[in-house]
Amino acid sequence: MATVRIPPVLRPQTGGQTEVEAAGANVGEVLRALTAAHPDTESQLFGADGDLNRYVNVYLNDEDVRVLDGLDTAVADGDTVVILPAMAGGR
Amino acid sequence: MASTAQTKQRVEEIEPFEAAQEIEGGDVVLIDTREPHEYQEAHLEGGKLVPPGLLGDEIAAAAPDKSARTILYCRSGNRSYIAAEQMQALGYEDVASMAGGILAWQEQGLPVVAASGLTPEQRDRYSRHTLLPEVGVDGQLKMLNAKVLLVGAGGLGAPTALYLAAAGIGTIGLVDDDVVDASNLQRQVIHNTERIGTPKTASARATIEALNPDVDVVEHRTRLDASNILEILSDYDVIVDGADNFPTRYLLNDASVRLRKPVVSASILSFDGQVSTFVPYEGPCYRCLYPTPPPAELAPSCSANGVLGVMAGTMGLLQANEVLKLVIGIGEPLIGRLLLFEALGTRFTELKVRRDPHCPICGDDAPEIPESELGKFPDYEAFCAG
Repeated sequence: MATVRIPPVLRPQTGGQTEVEAAGANVGEVLRALTAAHPDTESQLFGADGDLNRYVNVYLNDEDVRVLDGLDTAVADGDTVVILPAMAGGR
Repeated sequence: MASTAQTKQRVEEIEPFEAAQEIEGGDVVLIDTREPHEYQEAHLEGGKLVPPGLLGDEIAAAAPDKSARTILYCRSGNRSYIAAEQMQALGYEDVASMAGGILAWQEQGLPVVAASGLTPEQRDRYSRHTLLPEVGVDGQLKMLNAKVLLVGAGGLGAPTALYLAAAGIGTIGLVDDDVVDASNLQRQVIHNTERIGTPKTASARATIEALNPDVDVVEHRTRLDASNILEILSDYDVIVDGADNFPTRYLLNDASVRLRKPVVSASILSFDGQVSTFVPYEGPCYRCLYPTPPPAELAPSCSANGVLGVMAGTMGLLQANEVLKLVIGIGEPLIGRLLLFEALGTRFTELKVRRDPHCPICGDDAPEIPESELGKFPDYEAFCAG
């Protein structure tokens, strides 16, 4: 199982949970397990083509999956997947 | 020399030129046995301050090795002699007192670290900075000469401005076209109840001027846009991004990369905050981290969604910390690192941010921008609405 960190903008879709446990051998599978458990997150994470939306950054532990193998990046038990959209609030 | 029987071992005294040779050779612990105000005025490079009254408490930390060669000095050689006797009684084996003190040292033309450039009032005001070896008088002078622009005098800008002003940042520019509203006061601590309805830049200026007369406040009572950004940014050394919208954040990034100005960027929402430092071409830029903005429904603002007031203080002061480090040139700024703070769990998370070789702004293939095009930017409102 991996731990998925949920950003503030997605928490309404996870019932307010800030972390969700999800199973999967790679980042794509973990995120699909998340969207299966919380279907409202899907359209915010994935585009119609099945790829991650460009405005969503995903990190495996502290590394951006874009510099690893993207959604194919292998996930080990106990890893943390961080979902991070840009935030603009400053005031 | 002494005619009477002595229980005390006599203290070795050395001349300033001998001390200078030993210090030059290294492996010497150098202790300044004067008071803090004397130390600030001028001291020997590498000298650690241990005031006479605090010797018992502080000498172990300043000189942990009792067998190490240790040289003491004071103003004229008396206090250091007495301190050396005390240290010998404490078991220090190789202590010397510099005869004639720093006065004799300076008479012989040997160099000191002097508090030149600071007025007596400034020496007093900034003494807790100058006592830090990492800052010192030189670091304080860098702060007094620094020009820092705060984009936004709201949630993030308020605590950042307060602490940068207290620290003695010599010029603080404030960009904001808003007026103080009662709903701001839960987090925008630079403003107050009496100033509701006052322009935020004017309110912030009044608070800063009351706090520190050394600070020159420049009000930019406007919104940053393509027509004014280069002119405004070009006067400053460091930019602090506390903007509340994506068009301004992307415009600010693109302009600061063109001008090669470092940007300390933070954002806050509900109980969450992010902060990073973008130094053009040294590390990634904002677009390397976020190539495209999220659609409007996924980009709520604090005004619509709420924010815990202390988030502004926490993240704003992390920005102020980054600014001071960049100005003084110490420590490790958050270049290539994004720090997340989650207040409910009180948890910090650090993520790596890498330069994107395909970044349209700072990447390898980014187009060169001729002088005539420098002030022309794309339509960010459309870009961020898409």
